[in-house]
Parts: sequence; structure tokens; C-alpha cells
Amino acid sequence: MAYQQALIDFTLQLADNALILGHRNSEWTGHGPVLEQDIALSNIALDLVGQARYFYQYAARLINRSGQEAPGADITEDSLAYLRDGWDFRNCLLAEQTNGDWAKTILRQFFFSAAQYYLYEGLRYSKDAELAAISEKAFKEVIYHLRWSSEWVIRLGDGTAESRARMETALGDLWKFTGELFIPAAYEEPLVLEGIAVELSSLQPKWEVKVREIFSEAGLSYPGAPAGKKGGLLAGGKEGRHTEQLGYILAEMQFLQRAYPGCEW
Amino acid sequence: MSEQQWPLWEIFIRSKQGLDHKHAGSLHAADAQMAIENARDVYTRRMEGISIWVVESRHIHASNPDEASSFFDPANDKVYRHPTFYDLPDELKYM
Repeated sequence: MAYQQALIDFTLQLADNALILGHRNSEWTGHGPVLEQDIALSNIALDLVGQARYFYQYAARLINRSGQEAPGADITEDSLAYLRDGWDFRNCLLAEQTNGDWAKTILRQFFFSAAQYYLYEGLRYSKDAELAAISEKAFKEVIYHLRWSSEWVIRLGDGTAESRARMETALGDLWKFTGELFIPAAYEEPLVLEGIAVELSSLQPKWEVKVREIFSEAGLSYPGAPAGKKGGLLAGGKEGRHTEQLGYILAEMQFLQRAYPGCEW
Repeated sequence: MSEQQWPLWEIFIRSKQGLDHKHAGSLHAADAQMAIENARDVYTRRMEGISIWVVESRHIHASNPDEASSFFDPANDKVYRHPTFYDLPDELKYM
């Protein structure tokens, strides 16, 4: 099948997005502002890592079936997560940005969850039965992530002078990474024609409506259409061109398997 | 944040349809909506519930432990208050 490699790349993109943001969120575990929110964000981290596992498992099956690896080199979800280098990761740049303060973590989650919400909503009807099934299951989780992060955006934006100032700083840091969410990578285009992936340009208006709605409740001003253009500096994550932040994540996340290959516990 | 604590809420979880909401514990939250969500995240992670009630702890009025003897002890010799003196048909279970 001509689009087989594209399907592998796309599945890895879905997996990498979930894993990298899940990992970022997990950095808050034990450090949340209050116990209850520490648990809430850790739950979201676990949801995302769980989604990543389903996508990695599927990608591993596709890769093994395609026979592109040397015989005997069996690809698994673990080898995909722990043994690929930065340029093989296809997550969007937004997911890998540092946690910053609570406001930045919240806003990153909100932008991401809103995009993931409309993406999974559409992927539930993908012609690829596996992607459709995983999206169906994950969609329920994302409904809650979006609700949780929306309420925090409103709470902080419409809160104290300090919480509002922090939200505005976070907005300044993160807005530039939102354009990439709606710019398809080269491998996504053939999949849209096959009815497997979703046309990203059709998601953008829905995403903008949602963000405008929450921003207006939060009293935050909407910065205008998401920035970023195809091939631009801030739109390369899906094709492996990352910010420096990803390297730090991988260094920590992959350390054990790199230092002690095959280690289990 | 730590100097100014969010109010305390009591959490009640119904584990399945037809059962009562049972007290599960308490947690801090800024408002009722957040209390419900915190309860969802803290107390229903392992499929413990299908419904959540939250009540701000300050709205719960409790009996005074010092008065326990006058409150509760007088009931302990009134066995006739239990409906155990009726003949029940065998088909009737769970009474």
C-alpha cells in the first residue's frame, strides 16, 4: 500500500504527542499546587501515556508487518518510546514546551486538548479501524481534559491580578506554537485522501471558536489567528525538527533504557 | 496559596445504581464545581463511582461526642424497637 509509511508516521505522531505531553505533565507529580490538582494532572498524564501505548503498539505492528527492520529486530512500544532519537519524534512543538508555572502548564494543556478533542472526534470515523477504535476510547478522556483545562483558564484569567498576569505571560510564550497544530505534515496529506486522517484545516475554525469562547469568559484577549506557516521555524515538530526542549525530555525519559539496555523491573 | 486554604468539602460517592451515596472522604476546592471534579480525580480513579455529591463541610452539623451517652445509650435496652417479632414468609429475603 502506497500510504503504509505515511500511516506509520501518522500513528507515531499521535503516539509521540500523547507521550511527550504526558511526560511533561508527569513532571508535576508530587509538585502540584495542591494535593487534589496534583492528582488531577497526574491522572491526565496517565491518560495520555495510556493513549500513547495504544498508538505505539499499533505502530509497532505496522512496522513489523512492513518488514522494513532487519529480521529479528522486533519493534515494540518500548523500543519506539525509549530508543528513537529526537529527529524521529513527530510530536508538535507545543507538547514539548517546559512546564513553567501552573498557568503555562494549564494553557498548554488547554490548547493541546482543544486540538486533540476535534482531532479524535474526527478520527473516530477514520477508515483505519484501529485508529478509529483508539480515538473512540481516548475521546472520552479528552472531553474531561478539555473541561478541566478550560475551567482553569477561566479561573486564572478571571482571578487575581497575579493569576491574570501569569496567564498573559503564558499566552505570550505559547501562542506561537498553536499554528503548527493545523499545518499537516507531508505524510498526513495522502492519508486525508484515503479517509484515514482528518483534514486539519477543517479543525482550525472549531478550535478557534472554542478558544475564543473560553478566552472571553476568562477575560483574556484573543490574539488573532494561530501563528505559524508550513515549513516555518515553529512548525517542524511533526517532521522531526524540534525545539531544544525535546532533547532534555528524552535525556531523562530514555536514560534508563540507554544506560541499561533491556532493563526490566 | 498555602496561607489561604480553599474550603473543605465532604464527598459522597454512589458506587452503583440503586445504592446510597456513601461518605468517601474530604478534600479542598475553591467551589462546588471544582469539588466535584477533584472528587472525580481523587476518589473515582478505580471505578469506585457513578455519581458524586459534594457538601461544604461547614454546612454539616454534627452531634456532640460529649453528649453521646445521653444521645445513644438509652437505645441499647429497647430491643423491641427492632422489627424482629414478625413472622416473615420464606420468600422474603434481605429483611
